[in-house]
Amino acid sequence: MSNNIDFSERPWLDPEAEPFIRIQGLTKNFGAFTAVDSVDLDIYKGELFSLLGGSGCGKTTLLRMLAGFETPSAGRVFIDGTDMTDVPPYERPVNMMFQSYALFPHMNVEANVAYGLKRDGVAKGEIKRRVHDMLEMVELGIFSKRKPHQLSGGQRQRVALARSLVKKPKVLLLDEPLGALDKRLREQTQFELMNIQDELGVTFVVVTHDQEEAMTLSTRIAVMDEGQFVQIGTPTEIYEYPDNRFVANFIGSANMFEGRVQKRVDKNLVVNVPALKGELIVEYSAEIADGSKVWLAIRPEKMSISTTLTDTNSVNVLSGIVHDIGYLGSMSTYRIELEDKKIIDITYPNQHRPRDGKHLAEWDDKVYLKFDPSNVVLLTR
Amino acid sequence: MNEDLIAIQDEHKASFFVRLSRSLQSSWKSIVVAIPFFWLLFFFLVPFLIVLKISVAEALIASPPFSPLLDWSEDGIVMIRLVFDNFTYLWEDDLYVITYINSVKISTISTLICLLIGYPIAYGIVRSPPTTRNILLLLIILPFWTSFLLRVYAWMGLLADQGTINNFLIWLGLIEKPLRMMYSEFAVYVGIVYTYLPFMILPLYANMEKLDMTLHEAAADLGAKPTITFFSVTLPLTMPGIVAGSLLVFIPATGEFVIPDLLGGGNVLMIGRVLFNEFNSNNDWPVASAVAIALLLLLVIPMMIYQHIQGKENQP
Ligand SMILES: Nc1ncnc2c1ncn2[C@@H]1O[C@H](COP(=O)(O)OP(=O)(O)OP(=O)(O)O)[C@@H](O)[C@H]1O
Ligand SMILES: [Mg+2]
Repeated sequence: MSNNIDFSERPWLDPEAEPFIRIQGLTKNFGAFTAVDSVDLDIYKGELFSLLGGSGCGKTTLLRMLAGFETPSAGRVFIDGTDMTDVPPYERPVNMMFQSYALFPHMNVEANVAYGLKRDGVAKGEIKRRVHDMLEMVELGIFSKRKPHQLSGGQRQRVALARSLVKKPKVLLLDEPLGALDKRLREQTQFELMNIQDELGVTFVVVTHDQEEAMTLSTRIAVMDEGQFVQIGTPTEIYEYPDNRFVANFIGSANMFEGRVQKRVDKNLVVNVPALKGELIVEYSAEIADGSKVWLAIRPEKMSISTTLTDTNSVNVLSGIVHDIGYLGSMSTYRIELEDKKIIDITYPNQHRPRDGKHLAEWDDKVYLKFDPSNVVLLTR
Repeated sequence: MNEDLIAIQDEHKASFFVRLSRSLQSSWKSIVVAIPFFWLLFFFLVPFLIVLKISVAEALIASPPFSPLLDWSEDGIVMIRLVFDNFTYLWEDDLYVITYINSVKISTISTLICLLIGYPIAYGIVRSPPTTRNILLLLIILPFWTSFLLRVYAWMGLLADQGTINNFLIWLGLIEKPLRMMYSEFAVYVGIVYTYLPFMILPLYANMEKLDMTLHEAAADLGAKPTITFFSVTLPLTMPGIVAGSLLVFIPATGEFVIPDLLGGGNVLMIGRVLFNEFNSNNDWPVASAVAIALLLLLVIPMMIYQHIQGKENQP
């Protein structure tokens, strides 16, 4: 690595950088059940770090340990260099937006947002100004005198967001922050979140179910499964270079083939795939022994589809029958049944309007699928 | 054509059933409302009116010992006789005024003590794991299975000069002479707090059970220490439980007769005992009724004012 790399956008690559949040061997047991299993993680200042994973994989529990509501069974949490493991929540420089919002039902919107500032002893005029600005930002100015039960789900969510942001915490923990918002407000709030992050240098840790949201917002993503991290990386790394089958299947979708390495040809491997009664060629530079069991993942959009086979010599060509078509406007998804009944999915842009009322391929057409060796992901786990 | 007709008929049938079920529903609703309505009418309103009637009568040596409300004079005119002397008498005699004040004082202090003891207990029960919770609730209700009177007698045995507590303290050598506990306000407080504590705990428990514990976390997250969280979040949200529990203790405690009579003896003046004496010893039903009506007004008017204010506050 050369010395003049700019690490400011990617501090996790800088071996010198001090992490802002450091999690070491953090574990949480509920009785015999382990919700978070000995995780290590460094998060850097100004990051927008997302936790992705299926329901019940321990995302909320991890976040609650960062906020101080859950005492870890083992491990330590450092924030800004200070050991926070035994510090009570009200003394942590951390604010959380709860999955259930947890708005105070007996206070109006204004009082809810002002609550944290009052606890800090901020001057009255200052509180008024900051609450007002924050409510303007989340477009709730006109509702400031309403009680939470008089608001819609999305409005409540915005109050919760405003309440957690108004204190300008060093770390903001967001549990499913944008779930109940409509598309327009969601995009706007995403944008605002990024603005706030730039402006205040807040470090965000966001739990989300929404992959697209995680992709657009995050500097890095951690994919969780059964209380452990299965991969941590930038959105591109997670999507294009998944580490294992769980990530490849969980993030986006992938067509998976099981096979064995037959031999190496230059930078490519020849992999024998029994399900296809043939070989696929995969670009793969790392060491791997011949005969190893591997899985090949091909993203649906990394293939092309046509009804005619132009170049009979080319590699990685599969043929099959169109089983199903989903027309999405800008593109279509095709479900292709290969010769031995295996189904694979492909998405292909609709570059042309239908000719003679027919799309590129129609039901029961015989089609050829093609993909480049560099577009295949080889997984060993 | 035919099919259309059947469809229309079906529609008619459907709407008939809809209407039938609706009218059944509404009549069912009125029945459901009517039962408690008549219950209250017969068992609360009618007796109240009778007492009210007696309170404006004159005492007589007769049976019943009061003058009738309606009288037929010789020339056949119906006369209504209302005598308000009983009420002015209550006001003019210091004994009654002092007794009212003392009753309200004792029941107010008892209510506060019940609240101070009951609140942490209710909170503890709500926060305990579900299985323990049911056992604890059962323990709270358990005393109701023995007669209230028996339990008051048991306290007499505990508090008496030669009672269990004194004997125990003397045996320990902490005191030489027995402490005088029976027939004092102290004994009355003990009795009232003991008896009415469950009536404080149960409504508080019902209210706290609905309390969302993540609100406490949210408060802590925003920088509130536990005491501040308690006063800014827990207390306001449990206020309905506090009000309900306090009323359930305060109202019957004010009119309490058995406890001040058995544990307080002649030393503790409470309105329940005065009422009993007027009725049984003096055989003065009208004054006794006036005492009861005055007590009712004393309790109901502040409550109605409170409800009125509450209703106003809760309007958006
Ligand atoms: N207080 C608790 N007692 C026992 N088990 C718990 C407790 N809290 C969480 N769990 C369990 O720990 C696991 C992880 O829960 P957690 O709330 O962290 O999931 P999550 O990843 O946030 O899921 P979701 O996406 O549905 O919110 C779940 O299996 C849950 O049942
Ligand atoms: Mg969760």
